[in-house]
Amino acid sequence: MSQMEIRLAGSGGQGIILATVILAEAAVIAGKHTAQSQSYGPEARGGACKAEVIVSDEEIGFTKVRTPSFLMALTQKSLDKYSANLPADCLVLIDDTLTAPDSIKNNKVVKLPILHTAAEKVGKLMTANIVAVAAINGLLNIVDDESLKTAVFMHIPKGTEALNQKALEEGLSLIKKGENI
Amino acid sequence: MVDMTNVSKNTMNTADIIYKYMRPEHLPHIWCPGCGNGIILRAIAQAMENAKIDRNKTVLVSGIGCSSRAAGYIDCNSLHTTHGRAIAFATGIKMAHPELEVIVITGDGDSSAIGGNHLIHAARRNIGLTVVVMNNNIYGMTGGQYSPTTPHLEYGTTAPYGNIDQPFDIAELAMGAGATFAARGAVYHSALLAKTIEKGIRHKGFSIIDVASLCPTYYGRKNKKGSAVDMMRYQKDNTVMVEKAKTMTEEELNGKIVIGVLRDKEAPEYSEEYAKLVEKVKGGNK
Amino acid sequence: MAKTVLMQGNEACVEGAIAAGMRFYAGYPITPSTEIAEVSAVRLPKVGGKFIQMEDEIASIACAIGASVAGVKSMTATSGPGFSLKQENLGYACLAEVPLVVVDVQRSGPSTGLPTSPSQGDVMMAKWGTHGDHPIIAIAPSSVKECYTLAVRCFNLAEKYRTPVIFLMDEIIGHLREGIEIPENVEVINRPTVENPHPKRPAYAPTDNLIPAMAPFGEGQRYNITGLLHDESGFPTNDTKIAGDLVTRLMKKIENNYDDIVEVEETHMEDAEVAVFCFGGTARAASSAVETARKKGIKCGMFRPITIWPFADKELKEAMKNVKKIVVAEHNWGQLVNEVRRVVGNDKIIEFVGKIDGTVITPDEILAKIEKED
Repeated sequence: MSQMEIRLAGSGGQGIILATVILAEAAVIAGKHTAQSQSYGPEARGGACKAEVIVSDEEIGFTKVRTPSFLMALTQKSLDKYSANLPADCLVLIDDTLTAPDSIKNNKVVKLPILHTAAEKVGKLMTANIVAVAAINGLLNIVDDESLKTAVFMHIPKGTEALNQKALEEGLSLIKKGENI
Repeated sequence: MVDMTNVSKNTMNTADIIYKYMRPEHLPHIWCPGCGNGIILRAIAQAMENAKIDRNKTVLVSGIGCSSRAAGYIDCNSLHTTHGRAIAFATGIKMAHPELEVIVITGDGDSSAIGGNHLIHAARRNIGLTVVVMNNNIYGMTGGQYSPTTPHLEYGTTAPYGNIDQPFDIAELAMGAGATFAARGAVYHSALLAKTIEKGIRHKGFSIIDVASLCPTYYGRKNKKGSAVDMMRYQKDNTVMVEKAKTMTEEELNGKIVIGVLRDKEAPEYSEEYAKLVEKVKGGNK
Repeated sequence: MAKTVLMQGNEACVEGAIAAGMRFYAGYPITPSTEIAEVSAVRLPKVGGKFIQMEDEIASIACAIGASVAGVKSMTATSGPGFSLKQENLGYACLAEVPLVVVDVQRSGPSTGLPTSPSQGDVMMAKWGTHGDHPIIAIAPSSVKECYTLAVRCFNLAEKYRTPVIFLMDEIIGHLREGIEIPENVEVINRPTVENPHPKRPAYAPTDNLIPAMAPFGEGQRYNITGLLHDESGFPTNDTKIAGDLVTRLMKKIENNYDDIVEVEETHMEDAEVAVFCFGGTARAASSAVETARKKGIKCGMFRPITIWPFADKELKEAMKNVKKIVVAEHNWGQLVNEVRRVVGNDKIIEFVGKIDGTVITPDEILAKIEKED
């Protein structure tokens, strides 16, 4: 890995920004360089939001994602908005409830039941972002599992450790099962 | 009429006041002959003497306008700030060093027009400031424009056809915003004024003393109020103590200046509350 | 060795400020600087400091000045709309010689603009926003690490020269998260003061370096502070000689210390024929563009003023001696580019890359100007 440019998209309130913060935190723990940023409109909830994290073995100049190597979208609106002009080698992860638009017909697209897993298997839809970071790390091997877990635990409310541990495990198992990949 | 039996004691003679509390090298002051502000200045110094506060630990803060020059005439730490902002500066001083006695000298325009927001929020917080308003019903420094306390239909250079605005009652405004001590004074009753300001200084929390001053040069002339002596006589004839006012009808009180302490109640003071917060946070950190 | 931690620029600014001795913060919420207030509210009481949310932007800077005259290092932070409002008392702090740090996390304007989008449109406001001739120091960080280290520098300069210092951040850096190593020790400078002051000592009599030494309020030196032009005792004067001497001293106290205040960063400038001039968040796009240009064999360098005001005339002139073309990149319609023109004269080619739509200048846009055949 020299430089990974990761873009996550979703709806405000899904924890998209936090997901990138956790990935950035994990990268720092694993001794890598990272730059995390976000763009959002006036809505704290709803709307389409985008957050980015760059992970690199070298110092990072420009802090924004230019040529995404990875895109994840959890809502149709954010997928449609942020999937334009992706490079052909950009891996796209979408929730399995979404429809891949024409703009990514040449990209490798992975569909995973992220929202369903969070809601049904973990038992709380709001853990979708944690399910997602585990799945993303499983797909991209950004950091070791321990660094990711440490990063997650740094950013969750006290008392939710068991729930988030479950979310991490379920997220990773989506990749290990290899379904739809 | 005003009962003076309890207020004439504890009054220093003028020379003693000047040499102990003023900066004689900066006198005479800039105010016009007949202006009420000098009487208020003296009353503040007298109140400082009576409240036995340490001048080294006292900060006088003022804004802009005729009133603002008062801060520099008294020999203590003095901060002459920007227009309307005195209370905001004073809030920073009090928060940084709660042991300091912080007195704000302001005017009607300074405190209730450009500085109105700072006034109501300081009152709401109940921060330990004493605010003395030199209320002359006009912008004097700029030459007689109508202010938020210029009475309805009276005149100013910017109200040439009569003022269509309704005036603020600054003491009522501060009480509405939560002031725990509010009083009104009048320059005619100067000894009572010193006593009232002293009470304000001694009060823990936010206190305001809205003082009816006199501006014969602009307000008086524009509104045909006669000489400074006439205006003083008018004040004498139209001030009513708050206790007496309670027995009067609204009709009887029309046009009267009700003086005395309008509210004096205890409530947690802001900088003390913050100190408690710091203790709590530090304690929780162990 | 210190541990590397992930931190947001706004948060690093607060941590740096606290390391420099900030113990008072007064502010008002505004995007994209709000995290500075939020982090200050959490952190200050833990270190025995104080935080207050004031009723507006004007009150915030006034309150911070009040705390500073009482001897406590203080800061306020805002963004463009609030920075406009703070100009009144910024001038007061300049004239009254009150140490203070004012952070402006720039966002797109004018007016309410694009609150969450980056800009560098306040560069000239930082210098000229408050009325009248006055000295100003402004410093711009281009990484999260610099949000920390340069916040320390802002406080040190404010204290040393008894003047407000503007920390001219931008949304790109304020909202960026990066790993930073928190320095274990930082150099901390405290304002010139007076021990056991005499009550009548003239507070504004300059001592070393044209800078007055005065005790904080409450320590026995009973002096006057005013926003009117004043004599050495701190009292207003209408004497034009005294007034002129005062403003001259204020200007000279910064001008004479140019070498101590002005800091720049030069990268690959030794043999550069093309140079990119950039500052703050824009430097990140520029550095990527310069690296790409170098890989392509173009002799390209980067000149980054860290101190924005006073402008780095001397360093820029020297660095650009052998440069043929300067690409100036800034997130505005063209503000510092005119300073560059003033310094280097007309015999260099100047290309401008500006943005006013709230999007970020990209490395490709800068590279295109570097590569452009003139």
